[in-house]
Amino acid sequence: MSLIKEAPATAEPALSEIAVSVRNISKNYGAVEALKDLTLEFPRGQLTSLLGPSGCGKTTLLKIIAGLLEPTSGEVEVNGKPVTGPGPNRAFVFQDFALLPWATVMRNVAFGLELRSINKSKREDIAAKYIKEVGLGGFENSYPHELSGGMRQRVGLARALSVDAKVLLMDEPFSAVDEQTRRKFQEDLLGLVQNENKTFIFVTHSIEEAVYVSDQIAILLPRPSRVSEIIRPSGFRHKDHDQIRRDPEYLDIVDDIWASLRSYVE
Amino acid sequence: MANRSLYLKILSAVIIFGAWEIAGRIPVSYAFPTFLESMAALGNMALDGRLWEAYAETLRPLVVGVAISTVLGIGLGLWIGLSKFFDWLVSPIFIVMQSAPLAALIPLLVMAYGIGLTSKVFVVCIMAMPVIVLNTASAVRHTPESMKEMCKSFLGTRTDMLIKIIIPAASPLIFSGLRLGVSAGFIGAILAELKITPTGVGDIITFSRSIADYPSMYAAIFSIIVLAVLFLNLLERTEKTLFKGHDRGYVSD
Amino acid sequence: MKLFGYNLPGMSSLIIWGLLWELIGQLDVTFFVPPLSEVLATLFEIIGTPAFLKALGETGYAFVVGVFFAVFIGIPVGILMGRSRLLDELLLPWVNVFLSAPLTALVPVLMVLFGFGMKSIIITTTLFAIWIIILNSRAGVKQINRSLVEMAKSFGASPADAFFKIYFWAALPEILGGVRIGVIRAVKGVIIGQLLISIVGFGALFELYSSNFLMAHFWAVLIVLFALAFTIAEFLAYLERRVAYYAAKR
Repeated sequence: MSLIKEAPATAEPALSEIAVSVRNISKNYGAVEALKDLTLEFPRGQLTSLLGPSGCGKTTLLKIIAGLLEPTSGEVEVNGKPVTGPGPNRAFVFQDFALLPWATVMRNVAFGLELRSINKSKREDIAAKYIKEVGLGGFENSYPHELSGGMRQRVGLARALSVDAKVLLMDEPFSAVDEQTRRKFQEDLLGLVQNENKTFIFVTHSIEEAVYVSDQIAILLPRPSRVSEIIRPSGFRHKDHDQIRRDPEYLDIVDDIWASLRSYVE
Repeated sequence: MANRSLYLKILSAVIIFGAWEIAGRIPVSYAFPTFLESMAALGNMALDGRLWEAYAETLRPLVVGVAISTVLGIGLGLWIGLSKFFDWLVSPIFIVMQSAPLAALIPLLVMAYGIGLTSKVFVVCIMAMPVIVLNTASAVRHTPESMKEMCKSFLGTRTDMLIKIIIPAASPLIFSGLRLGVSAGFIGAILAELKITPTGVGDIITFSRSIADYPSMYAAIFSIIVLAVLFLNLLERTEKTLFKGHDRGYVSD
Repeated sequence: MKLFGYNLPGMSSLIIWGLLWELIGQLDVTFFVPPLSEVLATLFEIIGTPAFLKALGETGYAFVVGVFFAVFIGIPVGILMGRSRLLDELLLPWVNVFLSAPLTALVPVLMVLFGFGMKSIIITTTLFAIWIIILNSRAGVKQINRSLVEMAKSFGASPADAFFKIYFWAALPEILGGVRIGVIRAVKGVIIGQLLISIVGFGALFELYSSNFLMAHFWAVLIVLFALAFTIAEFLAYLERRVAYYAAKR
């Protein structure tokens, strides 16, 4: 049941350009079927959103790809290799930031590298670079409780970038910050996707957010969880960031998605 | 604002001590000395050294007992928090110990171990350990799930998980468990002295009572309470500064 | 904890410890630990005896009276402290002092002032329990959501209505929590009081049995005591859960 809506002149990605592939994934918790026979592909170097109402299994799917959860059946492949657990080719950004409250920003950002036993000066150099890149220069010795919510999530982002994984998995990363910060993050994310040569998989329940940042949107519906549509907005992807939200195609896609998801909220 | 708070604290101290003084003068009872009399006795004991000798005696089982309880207690607590089997096996014992009046075991300990340092240390230990063990275990079990997932996602080993995530995250609760343990240990130490053999401060209390030297008795009691309160306050402040910014929750009082 | 796929109930490891006790007793490892079976037999023997019932009665009486005072003095004081800043600032330091102080040290004072009998024990019990009850009642009142207060005012609730329909229930979970902890402390207080004063209740029984080296009797009474304390604690926890279903995450 896959309707592929495309704007004109966009070809489907060739097979070697698929970074992550999910095939017939099912996940049961006892009698509850969280995911049923889900198949999806994530093109390399692009940002794919998993969008859907709560209970549709999008976070579960993300964690299965991350290797944090085991599927009841089905396979996940990242860059051609099957997934059996967490690995250096994937990095996760958490919804509630998951920072160490007793560690400085520097240590938090370098934590992924610390766990890979990279020596201190080397990992702090790498961390310093990403701390500046996410705009937290000057806060290296601050503690999480001294930072605002938006700044804390930047730490989480810098941490995920530092380990230089090919696939970045983001679990509703902007849902715990205020609206203005969220908009800024979305703009920054567009820049990040353009500059870094990574594949992004992004879970959100915000329709506008998904249409704004994504190269590909996979709409998931609950009970049973399934992919109902894959949308590939392309008309406005090259536009200036502040022009996007007024683009007619953007507005149309948002409205269409809301129309189809609406019945699942009422 | 800080001034008002200090003012009121001093005021309330004055009121209470003043009431004590007045009650002593009425007198409420032949056995109730005035505040000033008691303070004078306290000063005397401090000057002639009796007070310090007594505390050296009293604090010995307390310090030893607390040290043992800390090491054993945290160790057991960690084990219980990490191993479901060990939790099932051993937790019920500590749960029962926590709500039970452990003081009832003192006569037994005296029978078994006599009236020396050993039984006093035992008393301190049985009073202090349950709360330390249970707090530590609870802290370990309540390590935030997303932090553990984060560690896994960045390929942390099980040792990494224990040393870099679980123990630091559990530290505030462990520390507050220690504080409660010390408080219980104080009770144990005094109980031991009043009940087993009078030594140290307990001796001053019982002896003064027997010769009707009430000012000295009250002075000794006053000093112990002050010491305990000051020390525990110090621990609480240390806890607050050490763990600023952590999320905390308490498993027991 | 699962065994062969079945969930084992919470405290079931006590069965294993019981068996261990029996074993140690049968092997006669130490004079001080008779086999569990012997202890249980003695327990059933003495439960009906006048000496035991008297001890239970005396201890129970002191406990109930002590808790009664702790609750009916402690809760109002705590509530008043929660509502009056002046009172709070005057009394709170003392409540905190007595909360962390080793109250055992005060027992000799009580003995000297009130004699060696029931009165001292009751006061000891009350003293052990009251401070945490005060503190929790105060906390319960203080954490009543501002919005609830404003809501009551905006709908024109009378003070009595506001108290009985809103504030009381909003503060209740916290207060009950304090009472539960206070009761546990009261149990310790009543025992410590008896140990140090020792001519009434279980304290007297312990003295009697230990001086006569009646180990099985000693353990039997101890088990009864521990079981009672535990039952009371669990019962109060149950009550607290029943009430706390509406309490926000604390």
